[in-house]
Amino acid sequence: MKLNTTINGVAKILEISPDAYLVDVLRENGCLGVRQACDTGNCGVCTVHLDGRAVLSCVLLAVKAEGREITTIEGVPEAAVAIARCFVAEGADQCGYCTSGTVMNILYLEALVAQPTEAEIMHHLKGNLCRCTGYASQLRAIKAYFAAKAGREDLLPDEAAAKHLENTGATTADNVPGAARPISGEGKVAP
Amino acid sequence: MTLKIVKQSLPKMDGMSLVTGKGVYTDDLTPRDALVVRVLRSPHAHARISRIDKSRAEKVPGVVCVLTHEDVIRKPFTRAGQSYPELSPHDKFLLDATVRHVGDDVAIVAAETLQAAEKAMKLIKVTYEPLPLVLDMESADSQPPIHPEPEILAKASFGFDPQQNIAGTVAFELGQVDEVLPDCDLVTTHTYRTQGQAQAMMETQRTFTYLDVYGRLVVVSSTQIPFHVRRILANALDLPASRIRVIKPRIGGGFGSKQTVHSEFYPALITLKTGRPAKIVYTRREVFRGTTSRHAMTFTITLGASRDGTLKAIDMNGIWDTGAYGEHAATTLGSAGKKVLTLYNRVEACRFRGKAVYTNHVPGGALRGYGVTQGIFALESAINELAHELGLDPAVVREKNMIRQGETTPLYNMVTKGAGEAPMLMDSCLLEACVTRGKALIGWESKYPRQQVSSNRVRGVGMAISQQGSGLPNIDMAAASLKLNDDGFFSLTLGSTDIGTGADTILAQIAAEALGVPMDRIVLYTADTDLTPFDSGAYASSTTYTTGNAILDAAGKMLAAIQKTGAAYFDTVEENIDFDGEQVIRRQPYETISLAAFSQKITYSVIHEQLSVTGSYVPKKAAPPFMAGFAQVEVDLETGQVTLEDFVGVVDCGTPINPMLAKVQAEGGIAQGIGLALYEEAAYTTTGKLIQDTFMQYKLPGRTDVGTIRVELLDGFDDTGPYGAKSIGEVVVNTVAPAITDAIYNACGVRIRELPATPEKVFCQLQQTSALRHFQV
Repeated sequence: MKLNTTINGVAKILEISPDAYLVDVLRENGCLGVRQACDTGNCGVCTVHLDGRAVLSCVLLAVKAEGREITTIEGVPEAAVAIARCFVAEGADQCGYCTSGTVMNILYLEALVAQPTEAEIMHHLKGNLCRCTGYASQLRAIKAYFAAKAGREDLLPDEAAAKHLENTGATTADNVPGAARPISGEGKVAP
Repeated sequence: MTLKIVKQSLPKMDGMSLVTGKGVYTDDLTPRDALVVRVLRSPHAHARISRIDKSRAEKVPGVVCVLTHEDVIRKPFTRAGQSYPELSPHDKFLLDATVRHVGDDVAIVAAETLQAAEKAMKLIKVTYEPLPLVLDMESADSQPPIHPEPEILAKASFGFDPQQNIAGTVAFELGQVDEVLPDCDLVTTHTYRTQGQAQAMMETQRTFTYLDVYGRLVVVSSTQIPFHVRRILANALDLPASRIRVIKPRIGGGFGSKQTVHSEFYPALITLKTGRPAKIVYTRREVFRGTTSRHAMTFTITLGASRDGTLKAIDMNGIWDTGAYGEHAATTLGSAGKKVLTLYNRVEACRFRGKAVYTNHVPGGALRGYGVTQGIFALESAINELAHELGLDPAVVREKNMIRQGETTPLYNMVTKGAGEAPMLMDSCLLEACVTRGKALIGWESKYPRQQVSSNRVRGVGMAISQQGSGLPNIDMAAASLKLNDDGFFSLTLGSTDIGTGADTILAQIAAEALGVPMDRIVLYTADTDLTPFDSGAYASSTTYTTGNAILDAAGKMLAAIQKTGAAYFDTVEENIDFDGEQVIRRQPYETISLAAFSQKITYSVIHEQLSVTGSYVPKKAAPPFMAGFAQVEVDLETGQVTLEDFVGVVDCGTPINPMLAKVQAEGGIAQGIGLALYEEAAYTTTGKLIQDTFMQYKLPGRTDVGTIRVELLDGFDDTGPYGAKSIGEVVVNTVAPAITDAIYNACGVRIRELPATPEKVFCQLQQTSALRHFQV
């Protein structure tokens, strides 16, 4: 069957099998940054964005992407580099296999909450498993990424953030009441 | 010695490619025309295949080849990746007519598409005749043999006795335990069990194969052991090793899973049969059922001590479930004794007896810690219990009895092949400092044993100590080649395997430091059995220590070659030549040439010589890293829920070549230990089927399950290590479970002797009033 979809901004008409999962269709079409690890939607490694929301491509049928926009890590090269720099600076890359999915979910978190708290980071990324790092270095890296985004040079968010806010008068999303939270949607939303 | 590059926390050289999603892993590199290979696996734990009919499967459009036991060579071999002569019994046949565990291989299908291959798998008609099941390891040696085949053999003598379902035995004794025990004030005996644990690396096993232009079989595989893969494949497929080339791309984690050959056989057979490229990607369920897990074990431990806490005798008696095949069985079992009892070197006597038995479970295999993890859980739990029975602080009992700097035990001679009798002194051992520092970091003095948090929540702390090896002395070797290129940079080619640890970066740091050049003067290529020198592989905590030392040997030879060629270039004697990393210098009369210009000249203008050297190394001495681990847990007395709040690990790994990467190794290893202690379990149904065979059932710790992990590396130095380094990869996993279970005991009086410490187990024991009465305020 034919699938009309947009992958990383490019409109495509693909010939697919009706029972094909999105992860396989994406990999067959050159998106090798989309990796598969559990086949059951439990580990978050295969995370991509569907119309801007994080989904698990190993349990989402490709037909669900009909008429919609898919973004993989190949579609966000600059953001991926920015996050990757923070990961390698903390040694949080390790084998690297889970990281492209984690990067995609970090970007989804950022779309929901510009400056997440540590609790929000932990909650949102709960579904992204990693067997190498024990998560500690990842947390350091993710905090550094969001700190850099806020224009803070050090990694002490509380004090520096307060100063930054004082200077700029800016408001961060996590102190705006009712800021968007990850909710479940079509397929399985990570986490 | 002033270090410029070693001890720097440099980022991994491949990190940006990995995290930005570049196609660098095995499946990303597969040729597009590769046949898709799938393996039909047994649904029965023990059965004979009386009939197998593949005719309908072969007719499925797109199916190219279907192979069963009728089509392949029957020859016993071992899949365990260990150095020659192989230490694990040759008890496996490819696609045998007898299946010995659920998930054992039955047939191979190769097709143009995955859909066709999966359809064909369903159409292979197999008639199984059930055979008696052996599922209980305690009684396995009195059950009918799982391996009655006359052809199977063991190349190493570990008490292999397949008629009794024994894959191997290990027994040794120092002193006379039976004579010391009667003299002890306290003798205590308890039994401990650890469960099967999955390696759970994120990238499953996968391989693709093709024939090169010369008709040789090329195997590109996600493996920790390229050179062992070549030897094992050659043996299993009855091919000369010279017909096989093994290449390892980036690896998505290993933890021991890829120290056993699995996914390599099937596409290799298809490529040899059809001449076409072929690939296999294991599903996660296939990894659980069809590969290996940490050996489940039971240890009964008897300790004898005097009233003041002086440990006098240790007796360890273990049974090891090696499942259907004896892969890594006797070697993990031996490690559980020889690398564990070393911690208490001052006992008057110690004894170790163990047997690894065959059952119809998924085979045991290598998993970070390699037997030491199981042995440490049992012994350290027993030491904690001894301390409580004596009314002493467990940390004080450690301080009284553990091995200290400059001391030794004959066990170190036993683990060191060819060591002789001379005492092997542990000059670099900082275990005492690990305990002292760990106590301070966790706040032991103020927190031990417990604090009431609220009416139903109690906090407790617990601790344990551990060691491991650094490579395998006189067994596992590594080599390193250095070549000076014509613009003054060096090619470093290694057979070693970076499985995600950052080993490539660490080894490049060692090379740069040894040659005195900046990091960007080193280009690295690993591992290809045709192009790179031998390396036994990424296991046994080897790479930094063993391969690092091989690089030092190569660098010394390269510096000598530069000096010799420099002397020819300047027409002087070698003693008059220096190299400072940038310039080749003639001292008298003073003249210099940059390394870049020198390498160009000797390539294009004069001398015309390629400077190329290879260094080798095999460890000669045990160089164990040490660690002390401290856990702080909170127990909910109403539900039995254990929350790990804080884990402190203090590690003596000698010099950390790259402190950041060493620290992440420790954090990750501790998280795996947390999984073993609290969450992970591979359990079986009464018909021998693995219950937890996907990540839906098998609980891997997520980021909210591990609590705070804090790691500190002590500033150690071992004379035998490269720049003083010892290993770190495995030692970090071992202390976690015994520290956590003692923290639970200290919090609420519940003693968990069978892992994992689930809320159910804690809750059920809490119902025993004695525990509650004793501990509730």
